[in-house]
Amino acid sequence: MSHLSSGRVNLGILRETYRRELLECIDKCTGSKALVWDEALTGPVGLIAEYPLLKEHEVDKMFPLSSGRLPQSSVQNIIFITRPKLALMNVIAENVRKEDQSGSFRKEFHVVFVPKKSLLCERKLKELGVYGNFNIIDEFSMELIPVESDVLTLESESSFKECILENDSTSMYYAAKALMTLQSLYGIIPSIHGKGELSRHVCDMILRMRREMAGSEPQITPQIDTLFLVDRTVDPLTPLLTQLTYEGLIDETFGINNTTIKVPPEKFAKQEGQAMAEVPTEPKKIRLNSAEELFAEIRDKNFNAVGPVLSRKAKLISAQYNERHQAKSVSQMKEFVSKLPHMQQAKQSLSTHTSIAELVKEVTDDDQFMENLRAQQDFVNGLETDKAHPYIDDCIAKEEPLIKVLRLMCVQCYCNNGFKPKVLEYYKREIIQTYGYQHILTLNNLEKAGLLRQQGQRTYPVIKKSLRLVVDEVNEQNPNDIAYVFSGYAPLSVRLAQILTRPGWRSITEVLQMLPGSTFEEIQQIPVGLRKRKASITSTHSNTMDQKVVLIFFLGGVTYAEIAALRFLSQQEDGPADYIIATTKLINGKTWLEAIMENVVPEEGNPFLM
Amino acid sequence: MALATADWNPLGEVFYRKTELYQMEWMQDLYKYNVATAPYGGPIALIQDESKLVAKVQGNIKPTVYIYSAAGREITRFTWNSGHVIQLGWSNTEDLLCVQDDGGVLVYDIFGNFKRTFSLGTEVKDTKVLEVKIFQTANTTGIAVLTSTYRIFVCNNIEDPRVRRLAEVPGLQAPPSSWAIINQDRQTRALVAKENELFLLDHGGQYQQQTVDVSIPVESFIEMSVSFNNKYLALFTNTGLLWIGSADLQKVYCEFNTKSAVRPTQLCWCGTGSIVSYWAELNLLLMVGPSKDWVKYSYDTPVTLVQEIDGLRIIGNDTHEFLQRVPPVVEEIFKIGSMAPGAMLYEASREFGKGSQRADEYIRMIKDKLDLAVEQCIEGAGYEYEPKSQKALLRAASFGKCFLTDVRPETFVNMCQMLRVLNAVRDYTVGLPLTYTQLQSLTLPVLIDRLVVRRHYPLAVRICQYLKIPEADGASRIMAHWACYKVEQTGVEDEAIARSISQKLGDTPGVSYSEIANKALDVGRPELATRLLDYEPRAAEQVPLLMKMKKEQLALSKAIESGDTDLMYMVILNLKEKMSLGDFYMTIRNMPVAHALYLQYCRQENLKNLQDLYYQEDNFQEEGDCRVKECYTEERLESRIDCLMAAMECYNKARNEWAAKVTEEQVKLLKYQRKMEEELNKPYLNLSLHRTMYQLVKENNHKLAETLKKEFKVPDRRFWWLKIRALAEAGDWMELDRFSKTKKSPIGYEPFIEVCMENHNRFEATKYLTRVAPENKVKCHVRVGQLKEAAEIAFQQRNEEELNFVLSKCGPMHKDVVTQITGMKSQLGAKR
Repeated sequence: MSHLSSGRVNLGILRETYRRELLECIDKCTGSKALVWDEALTGPVGLIAEYPLLKEHEVDKMFPLSSGRLPQSSVQNIIFITRPKLALMNVIAENVRKEDQSGSFRKEFHVVFVPKKSLLCERKLKELGVYGNFNIIDEFSMELIPVESDVLTLESESSFKECILENDSTSMYYAAKALMTLQSLYGIIPSIHGKGELSRHVCDMILRMRREMAGSEPQITPQIDTLFLVDRTVDPLTPLLTQLTYEGLIDETFGINNTTIKVPPEKFAKQEGQAMAEVPTEPKKIRLNSAEELFAEIRDKNFNAVGPVLSRKAKLISAQYNERHQAKSVSQMKEFVSKLPHMQQAKQSLSTHTSIAELVKEVTDDDQFMENLRAQQDFVNGLETDKAHPYIDDCIAKEEPLIKVLRLMCVQCYCNNGFKPKVLEYYKREIIQTYGYQHILTLNNLEKAGLLRQQGQRTYPVIKKSLRLVVDEVNEQNPNDIAYVFSGYAPLSVRLAQILTRPGWRSITEVLQMLPGSTFEEIQQIPVGLRKRKASITSTHSNTMDQKVVLIFFLGGVTYAEIAALRFLSQQEDGPADYIIATTKLINGKTWLEAIMENVVPEEGNPFLM
Repeated sequence: MALATADWNPLGEVFYRKTELYQMEWMQDLYKYNVATAPYGGPIALIQDESKLVAKVQGNIKPTVYIYSAAGREITRFTWNSGHVIQLGWSNTEDLLCVQDDGGVLVYDIFGNFKRTFSLGTEVKDTKVLEVKIFQTANTTGIAVLTSTYRIFVCNNIEDPRVRRLAEVPGLQAPPSSWAIINQDRQTRALVAKENELFLLDHGGQYQQQTVDVSIPVESFIEMSVSFNNKYLALFTNTGLLWIGSADLQKVYCEFNTKSAVRPTQLCWCGTGSIVSYWAELNLLLMVGPSKDWVKYSYDTPVTLVQEIDGLRIIGNDTHEFLQRVPPVVEEIFKIGSMAPGAMLYEASREFGKGSQRADEYIRMIKDKLDLAVEQCIEGAGYEYEPKSQKALLRAASFGKCFLTDVRPETFVNMCQMLRVLNAVRDYTVGLPLTYTQLQSLTLPVLIDRLVVRRHYPLAVRICQYLKIPEADGASRIMAHWACYKVEQTGVEDEAIARSISQKLGDTPGVSYSEIANKALDVGRPELATRLLDYEPRAAEQVPLLMKMKKEQLALSKAIESGDTDLMYMVILNLKEKMSLGDFYMTIRNMPVAHALYLQYCRQENLKNLQDLYYQEDNFQEEGDCRVKECYTEERLESRIDCLMAAMECYNKARNEWAAKVTEEQVKLLKYQRKMEEELNKPYLNLSLHRTMYQLVKENNHKLAETLKKEFKVPDRRFWWLKIRALAEAGDWMELDRFSKTKKSPIGYEPFIEVCMENHNRFEATKYLTRVAPENKVKCHVRVGQLKEAAEIAFQQRNEEELNFVLSKCGPMHKDVVTQITGMKSQLGAKR
């Protein structure tokens, strides 16, 4: 997991902390154990502790949490690891009751809540009459999970929906707690900036929590200089657009879950080298992270720039292989052989990514993809936004996936500052007639979230202009602006971060007023002894040390394209800031809207029966 | 300065010295009382000795309990109202333990406030207590009692009073001639003497007879004493023989014949080096060392002895003295004629003070041992009680330090600090005569606790600040104790107390206001508790207490402020249980955050409830949404329609005309679908309008599809798309062709090609090529695979971009087309 430790702020420490805490939780009971997992946690926890490690701590079995009876096992302890959700308590209670009734030899039950014990859930367990069955009730405060040396995520899918549609800010409380954990490991963050109501709420909570724990603060020189909190609702446009970076497109195409993708196996069958006759039918799992050199290099590039890199690499590798012909002396041969493992690894990685890139290219070469992109870019440019768009019409008529249609509609709506009532009603009616009446709930949700709305003040042109959201001349190969990630559109959220560090928000006060939610700035006082010494003007240190470390927290989700854009800013030679990205969830337009949608499945069975 | 050795008494090889700690402030005669003194310079409790009282005054006078500090300053007195007290004693937290003859133990604090009581069990109660021994274990205090049935009961920990009965001593018909508790290796055992036989009773209910190696025959052991560290034992026989050995009776150190047949009033260890017996009748103290050396001290008035870790305190009517072995280092420094480095350095420093050149001579003599000399002086200072001699020794150490180049200053500084602290607490107003050794054993935090127990808050705070103890462990903890004490002062107004507490504590980090508030609540001052809770920054502490105080509304708003939703849920559900439903709704309606959370709770737990809530607050839009959701859970069509009708009504009330309209249409659609299912005997239900029509077209039911189109005002464009896709999918190419000619297509003719190609009918697709709009012709030709024609059209249109597009679609088998296009491109280029 070395890839976590390579950043300016070593996130490996955070992972270590979690590992230790998890093992402590597990070690509290003695004897053999079975872990029963809330399935939403298996992925994230898998990034923290792998199965062999758990095995060392007497974990013999792992089951997914599901209703009914637990699978048979002869372990002494059953540990439920769960989020504090009421619905899951019912399942756990059922498990426990069934196990008790089964009369198999006695087992001890324990519950570990992630990330926090909940009085509400304990109460629920009491109501269900199983509270007394539990020996240890504990918590494992795994909040922000480090997935990269600069990316942290709460992996809370429902966070946006809960906060925006249901006014339930539980996940924001977790976010605040997580920030406190970060501050305890990496020092108090001296300055906080933010935009949006959720951000304000989180900021208030962390200031309050700091007061609460007054006196027991860690005495660490801050490693993070600035915290920038931003609501997803400040920039709902960016995730709706199709990401055009390599990683972004992989996510749009296959969906990245906990750094892993599943791809159709056919393309990858041959490269294993063996002449296996049968083609594997299971999808192939590939783990993507920057521990892989090649992926680290290309993940944030515009997809159009990936091809050249891959072919250059291919040439380089074959050139390296050819060196063996030049190797004459034994020592030269030896040197060549010593390089072999690395070369083979590089070759393997190259072939994997060539295959992935081919799969992605199949998608991007499709006419539909291009047309969709064209429509998006028209909207972003402010063209043809005020009437029902023929492409959207056609998509509906052809019954293209609902999500795709909604994404486009929301983009159009945002870029038009809302629809005229007639257009809005027309679109909605079309959707209901085509995709079914049940989507009235989804439409209502989108309206509540402000993604679909009636025309309001015309702010988009101003925002677009002052934040330079549209950049005409983008260089996809050697980018000179963050707009390369969408081939011409600069993500609004990242623009805000960029301007915040230089020249500062004072230059865009007017725009900030147009964006929803309050704008704020807070200073956290730090004892003098812990303050960073400012490098003097004459100091000869490299500028990387002068670069400020900015933690940017996207409340409601962040896309890979935005991460790429921020990394691009970090890597600029005169870049004023090095970014660490935290979020409630890594999203793309599809997963984001899916989380907002109301999933109503009509009851099966024949209603015509009397 | 007086000679340091003036009050030293030699006891064999070593010296003992007696230091006066205090002139007692009290005017008491110890003769009249039973005395109980706590170790580590603890308080002294007195209660009238009834045996002596009865002799003087007849009648039923209730005895008085006095509590004094070690300096004889009265802390409190109170009249004893309960049963017959056998023994007073002190716990390790300096609580006064009063053991009654019925086995009841009453616990008072140092100020005589009753804290709690517990019993040593019914068996003890029934058989009555004869004798009591209160003993200290590793970190708590225990009580052992001897009952009138000559059984011993032990309670190892007064905090957790579980009583065990020890084994019976065989053949015991009278009270044991003596007994003691030995606490070793976390085991409590009783050593019981039945005349000349010794028995060790252990915790497990077993006993072992012990043999002890005594040179002359013994009739009876009438007294025994265990040393402070539980390692040594002294036995006293009826013939006056004093036996000194190890606690396990294995080793004998010495036997000494006191020639006294009288049982000593007290037999005590002085540290670990000697044993002191006291005869009250003779007012005589006899100290015996391990090699039969002895020293005798006479007194005019009765005294009482207190064992300490490093010596013995002797409390008399007028003075309070400390008897201890002169610590070796002190002995080395002060012994007459000592040539130890420390002694030389001390001399050097004295000469230096006098301005004599002999200082130099002394220093030269110990030049290479100067570091040791400094160490000795520092250590020696620690053992001195008088600030004057402490100073002299420290001055010597500091003087010696000047000649050394690399001394680490910590030991010196630490000693200075510790001495300052010790001197401060030894002051007679405080009255804690601790020695350096005792402090080290007691530890500093405990000392601070003891100051807090004595309500010396300012001193405790100052010590913490002086020693730079972190606020959370030191000053703020003390402040919190002070505040708790303050809260108990019933005579003072709530207002004044709250103000003075907040003034003193401010927002000192680490102060738990909730603890103080809890205290206030315990003493029955809820108003004050509320006021104090206001200062508590930690909501997780504040809220439960507020709920306990029945201030639910306040608890709710505090929980909301904290942002901790779990806390909010707790309060909300609590409120719901306590209030009538109406009041509950009213309460949370005023708090949007709480309201939203309750809705969220209902959403997860009880949808019907949620719907009711929306209904009650006229949130018709949400109520409508609920109805829609409900509709999809219904199995029967009738109920579905009912739900939808209800939803429609809601939407109407919410003035969402659009939603009402589409809901109405949905009802209409459902009815159509049912009719169609009945008539056509095919499933349509759960299909969208679009899908229904699509299905109908596919099934060649064009008329019905048209009806639906009209009925539901489906736009032409979409209907055309729908129709041609359905026809193509059904493979009804005739109908598709016919339909294309009904009127001019509102969607152009490219879709016809598209649907044909999608259903793999290239032949049909080509039919429509001619009708495609000019700008799409190239693309459509490419689509059906006519690359050559596409290139030609592009060339005709002089469109290089389109030419390139065609070129990009050319594969290896289209070599001729490629050459053709290259030719065309060059032609176009030439023309320009």
